[in-house]
Amino acid sequence: MYVEWRWEWSFEILPQMLWATLNTFLAAGVGYAIAAIVGILFMLGQRTSYKIINIPTREIVEFIRSTPLLVQLFFVYFVAPQFGLTLSAWVCAMITIGLHYGTYLSEVYRGALEGVPKTQWEACRALNFSTSYNYRKIILPQAFPIAIPGMGNYLVGIFKDTPLLATIGVAELFFTANSIGAYTYRYLEPYTMVGVIFLVISLPTAFGIRRLEATVNKAQGKVNV
Amino acid sequence: MNFFTFIIEYGPKFTSAAIVTAQVFVYSVILAVFISMVFGIMRLSKNFFIQAIATIYIEFYRGTSLIIQMFWIYYVLPLFGLPLPALLAGVLALGMNFGAYGAEVFRAGILAVPKGQWEGATALNFSKIKRMQRIIIPQIYPIILPPAANLAVELLKGTALVSLITLVDLMFVAKQINMMTWFSAQSFGLALIIYFIMARFILVPFLRWLEVLAARKVGRGKV
Repeated sequence: MYVEWRWEWSFEILPQMLWATLNTFLAAGVGYAIAAIVGILFMLGQRTSYKIINIPTREIVEFIRSTPLLVQLFFVYFVAPQFGLTLSAWVCAMITIGLHYGTYLSEVYRGALEGVPKTQWEACRALNFSTSYNYRKIILPQAFPIAIPGMGNYLVGIFKDTPLLATIGVAELFFTANSIGAYTYRYLEPYTMVGVIFLVISLPTAFGIRRLEATVNKAQGKVNV
Repeated sequence: MNFFTFIIEYGPKFTSAAIVTAQVFVYSVILAVFISMVFGIMRLSKNFFIQAIATIYIEFYRGTSLIIQMFWIYYVLPLFGLPLPALLAGVLALGMNFGAYGAEVFRAGILAVPKGQWEGATALNFSKIKRMQRIIIPQIYPIILPPAANLAVELLKGTALVSLITLVDLMFVAKQINMMTWFSAQSFGLALIIYFIMARFILVPFLRWLEVLAARKVGRGKV
């Protein structure tokens, strides 16, 4: 069986797909914002010296990191109602993405903080700076450029994982492609267009992140080798 | 029904499903390693076309989602007269996707081998292929194994997607049992735990052992 690409039909469904792309952006953006905050919490939890907080956090992070996002999505979606929490698909999706990528971002933050040379901390101690001044003026400005590539990669990563949300019924791009396909029995154009839209968005983003990384490194006086 | 009776009743189903997941994982790893070697070396080629092909392949697979690639291979390729069985489609999608990520790791590994080694091999009149095969490649294992271990865990997690193209893996069985019994917490929870055990207590220790072995082989490890 040979199927031909129908251009006029693909232009017909294009507006619908582009609207759905906005939902994908929304999902990725909100998910990333939650993940960025959750990441800070996880990072703090892992860095404190209290063993009661520090060990469970590490185990939770390890668990979330080594299990599939898809299973986690279904877990949250089906189990939360059993505890009386009826959440919409969107809320479930955002919680799961936030937690899942929060663990990754916590590693990025941790790596960035540890990437600041130890002598910087010692110099701050020697100069008698307060802890908050030390973080605000000395450590974070140096840690941030180290974190940028990792944070950027996970932004693209979240964006590429949003199609998974279609499985629990979040109406984003892939969901729309599926429903167009189910309605018309033509899967060639919708699926291919989803792929192209993803490519068109994530390639320039990845390129931009690489540029940003170089710019920040230069501004910091580090030569990008 | 508490968790233990659940395990006793549905344990066998989950076990056979875990075997399917492991199968998909092993096949995909083999394909991914092969692809990453080929494209990692192609990426370093001086020939413009070979390099361009590798770059396009890598950027393409890294730019789109795994799930879309998998659906495309499974649902769209048959329209062109190329129907693939679900297992093959899943393994192809996983292997090609992670092969693209692996190629970058492989390339970075080759570049990280000290320049003196290349020069030494050239000075000793090794041919290009011999130099790669005998001098460079054996030295990259301790360099690439840590990032490769991360990718392997990601790949294991990625295998959950094959449930969406009708393969009866862990995720599929969890979904099925959830639909039949509505023991959601138990079925998805058990699936999560099995994935965790596979990743944390089987895969990661194995890769750590390989790392130690590789480091020892090039004389860097603690003996």
